[in-house]
Amino acid sequence: MTSSETAERPVVQMTGISIEFPGVKALDQVDFRLFPGEVHALMGENGAGKSTLIKALTGVYGIDAGEILVDGEPHQFSGPGEAQSAGIATVYQEVNLCENLTVAENIMLGHEPRRLGAIDWRATRREAARHLATMGLDIDPASSLGAHSIAVQQLVAISRAMVVDAKVLILDEPTSSLDADEVAQLFAVVRRLRDEGVAILFVSHFIEQVYEISDRMTVLRNGGLVGEYTTAETDRLQLVSTMIGRSMEVLEDLHVSTAHTVAVEEGSTPYLQAVGLGRKGSVQPFDLDVYSGEVVGLAGLLGSGRTEVARLLAGADRADSGDTRINGVPVRLRNPRAAIGSGIAFSSEDRKAEGVVGDLTVRENIVLGLQAGRGWMRRLPARQVDEIVDKYVAALGIRPANPRALLRNLSGGNQQKVLLARWLATAPELLILDEPTRGIDVGAKAEIQKLVAELAERGMAVVFISAELEEVLRLSHRIAVMRDRDKVAEVVNTDDVRVDDVVELIASGGKH
Amino acid sequence: MAAVAPEKRGTEAPPVAGPQRGRRMSTIARRLRIDRRYMPVVGTFVVLALILSVGGVRYDNFLSTNVLANLFINNSFLIVLAVGMTFVILTGGIDLSVGAVLALSAVSAAYLLDAGVPAAMVMPAVVLIGSIIGFLIGVMVHVFDVQPFIATLAGMFFARGLCFVIAPVAIPITDETFVAISAWDTWVGGQWRVTTSVMIALAVVALAFYLLHYTQFGRTVYAIGGGEQSAQLMGLPVARTKVLVYVVSGTCAGLGGLLFAMYSRSGYSLTGVAMELDAIAAVVIGGTLLTGGTGFVLGSVLGVLVLGLIQTIITFEGTLSSWWTKIVIGVLLLIFVVLQRVLTLRRT
Amino acid sequence: MREITRHALFWPVVALVALLAANTIYRPDFLGVTILNGHLFGAPVDILRNAAPLMLVALGMTLVIATRGIDLSVGAVVAIAGALSLSFIATSPNPGSVSTVLLAIAIALGVSLVLGVWNGFLVSVVGIQPIIATLILMTAGRGIAMLITEGQITTVTSPAFKTLGSGFWLGVPVATLVAGSVFVLVALLVRRTALGMLVESVGINPAASRLAGVKARTIVWTVFALSGLFSGLAGLILASNVMAADANNAGLFIELDAILAVVIGGTSLQGGKFSLSGTFVGVLIITTLTLTVTIVGISPLVTPLFKALVVIAVTLLQSPRIRESFAARARRRAARPEEVSV
Repeated sequence: MTSSETAERPVVQMTGISIEFPGVKALDQVDFRLFPGEVHALMGENGAGKSTLIKALTGVYGIDAGEILVDGEPHQFSGPGEAQSAGIATVYQEVNLCENLTVAENIMLGHEPRRLGAIDWRATRREAARHLATMGLDIDPASSLGAHSIAVQQLVAISRAMVVDAKVLILDEPTSSLDADEVAQLFAVVRRLRDEGVAILFVSHFIEQVYEISDRMTVLRNGGLVGEYTTAETDRLQLVSTMIGRSMEVLEDLHVSTAHTVAVEEGSTPYLQAVGLGRKGSVQPFDLDVYSGEVVGLAGLLGSGRTEVARLLAGADRADSGDTRINGVPVRLRNPRAAIGSGIAFSSEDRKAEGVVGDLTVRENIVLGLQAGRGWMRRLPARQVDEIVDKYVAALGIRPANPRALLRNLSGGNQQKVLLARWLATAPELLILDEPTRGIDVGAKAEIQKLVAELAERGMAVVFISAELEEVLRLSHRIAVMRDRDKVAEVVNTDDVRVDDVVELIASGGKH
Repeated sequence: MAAVAPEKRGTEAPPVAGPQRGRRMSTIARRLRIDRRYMPVVGTFVVLALILSVGGVRYDNFLSTNVLANLFINNSFLIVLAVGMTFVILTGGIDLSVGAVLALSAVSAAYLLDAGVPAAMVMPAVVLIGSIIGFLIGVMVHVFDVQPFIATLAGMFFARGLCFVIAPVAIPITDETFVAISAWDTWVGGQWRVTTSVMIALAVVALAFYLLHYTQFGRTVYAIGGGEQSAQLMGLPVARTKVLVYVVSGTCAGLGGLLFAMYSRSGYSLTGVAMELDAIAAVVIGGTLLTGGTGFVLGSVLGVLVLGLIQTIITFEGTLSSWWTKIVIGVLLLIFVVLQRVLTLRRT
Repeated sequence: MREITRHALFWPVVALVALLAANTIYRPDFLGVTILNGHLFGAPVDILRNAAPLMLVALGMTLVIATRGIDLSVGAVVAIAGALSLSFIATSPNPGSVSTVLLAIAIALGVSLVLGVWNGFLVSVVGIQPIIATLILMTAGRGIAMLITEGQITTVTSPAFKTLGSGFWLGVPVATLVAGSVFVLVALLVRRTALGMLVESVGINPAASRLAGVKARTIVWTVFALSGLFSGLAGLILASNVMAADANNAGLFIELDAILAVVIGGTSLQGGKFSLSGTFVGVLIITTLTLTVTIVGISPLVTPLFKALVVIAVTLLQSPRIRESFAARARRRAARPEEVSV
């Protein structure tokens, strides 16, 4: 069926690739094959090693062990430029072109036809137009790139790749900000290139798109190879299960008594109510209620829209449709400050970029949210700060228990605890935690889970997001299932709900 | 049977993007509307035309070829400085050293000529001084990751300090060849006076235009301004280009110093104090975005002319004092910067 | 020992001590302070007095830079404040009276504050990059100052006003006292209120600060306003020093000296952590350097050359690449004994 079976030799063959970063084995003995004329999906959750593998192939990272064959020849590129001249082109998620230049320039930059040493613009535009035409793109090559949609820019980036006659085209999450029509347009081009014999490596978090476009898939998990599959012969449930890994590290018994009983009285008003809340290009309009004393889990794969939901609820991104109510009263969450004022605290998944203020001390980081609410003139009295800091350092077991330590010198788990302390210090009614346990050690993870359960017991509303479904199931009273930027199902978490059930909902999109 | 279509593959592809409502409409619209990239320069042009017409209406001899020719003669060195500055700003950098480097070059020229070095050797040598300082700044910026602001600030202090070491007092230029070259002029069309300085300045503009628009170096300058990381991923020589723009700017400052020495026939250490601000102002008023990536060298020339015309108007007015020049330039800067901000906001 | 050499202020203080030592070798009585007519006299007193205006400007600059900003307009504000106060005093019926002088000072400071607020508005509300936003006032400001003085170098005689720049109180120069008190006030302001912490937070991680609910706009606006106010005060001292408002030359290049002092003091131009004491040391280095050049008998006009050397040395020492290669060398040296023992 797929052309890979007919091709004699893979254009790219990576064998036993290992890459080690200080303390982490990013890739461990991974094999990967890519044949001419196929679309090959590279699948895996966060930290699986997808981008590391791509960077190993394009020479951004050097490999510690293994061999890379391109066209049967061993290769070790020193950078994207060298990979490009060997025919391996990459198109990134954020289009890496120059918006200030014209379409023609972006396609031809560095390869412009010359006349008497000077760039021959007419020939350049003609050349560019020819490449655009093969993409099925009818746009003016002399128009500036910034004037076009991301989808068109994406296609322009592919055109650029084809100028150098790429035999291998890597598309790294090219569809993450495209709408359905644009995806169709992109896929038409991808199919055409495949039929011309180009090998395409496709990375996407959208399950349906992977099934629509790919011939084969390679699944990675935690830096290791899970397997290579033929798309047509692998069902969605199987794929999602292999990606998530059913036998993830088993946490020791946490003594977390997740009251799976419904914590909500009939007919009461939810603390937060979102009706048709959505944002174009980010997440489809959704409804969500969160009651006080309840943990609502958001389940879904990376890129499913789970983070986007959290950001809308926290005012980190502005919604362009729908309403929010707090205790039944309509509010507009224009910015994080407004959300904080409404009793909402949000801990971002990107701890480093959006949470940690590394050069400030633990103490300062803990009171930052509280102090920000008071403005700079009314400083919290030192004694009160000491009390708050001591309380949370002890309660959360922050190590080292030194409030004067700079936050950047703490471990990931302890940084996360400090951020939790920052939010708890503002005494929120609703706590939104996006991946609070990612990348931290097992002990800290258990402590954070325990804390979440306790907070809910004491009446706080919690929205809990995690890539680990076990964790979501253990903690949540209700689970909202996200898929392809859309809320597809909501289940009440009773004792007989199993991880498999949620996996199936994610895989099927709730259409059962 | 008709002849086989030569480019079958191309015709197979159905047009899937672009407005479906007919291409003719869009080409007409395109023709009527000005490309957004040219908008700021068009703004500069409008301002220039406005000043010219206001001047023409208010004063009798304002629109004479004499006044306009003098505009170029009196601002030739600033044109050269602004051209160099354009390269740097297009990459998103800034060069504070140009005023001081201009002074150093002018002072060196006067000193060397005074010491009896032949003009034929002095002229290229002083331009080279600018190139060397530019190169050192480029190395600081690129290799040692010093911010352009600080690196060029150091360059400025360095050059200004050297000026005083070389010439604590003003040195007059009496070298015959040099004076002859600087005094040479010709009348284009019988009325338009053109001096050596103007010729050189215009040649620099033409060369800069060629470099920016017809060489890979120039296009890389624009690409870096559009996004350094993107340029790197596109496989362009980012490192080399980033150093080179400071070399270009330094060279222009060196040449500017030579022109200034021709203009003033002396070398004085306090020459060109704060002239870097005039150059930056001219570039900004000329429609180049300070964030880099957008702008034209011809816009910068227009910017210099606007600055020069403001000066001329204030001279013509007679009752208006010279400090109004600075205030008007400040206000113009404000208007252009706010307009640019609005334009970039609309884009995102 | 390593603790001390690692301290952020170690190298700046070493530089300052080296400068002072060089001076003492050249002129053994350099550090001597004598009392003459009840006033303190001597090079150290001169340094502290000359440093006052730069200290004031650099204080505001430190806060602005900590928020990832920069204020190029301080020199223009210095000129405007000087021009305003002296013109007011010159046109008043009673130039010598204390009330006239106080009113002049109030007007100048008020206008300086407004100018700072204007810069803050352009940066925090309109969203223009700080370097450009303040470039506007840097250009127009000197024109405005000349407009005020009508292009003249306004000179006045007002003993009360002269006190600010040249007077002594309890034997100490008034300018030094003013700058010293402002320094203490600012130190208290940033550490006794939450301004310092929020300024650093915005400078270190704007995105995280936003999510934490920090009102970056207010913070940035405040520091620009303070920068304007302090520049105005510096302008008053400089004007009082010479009792003449020179719109063209008052405070010329003071923005560059201030930025230099801040950078030497260890506050990064990338924003974030700031050190007021570092800025203090930076200001002393620059002022001492200027004085040294005069003492050694080099024309003061050559001073920029030495400043350039200081900038280059300091920034290169701070350059990540150089630090890395130093660190690598240190590691190699540390590793060697182990190799031997194995």
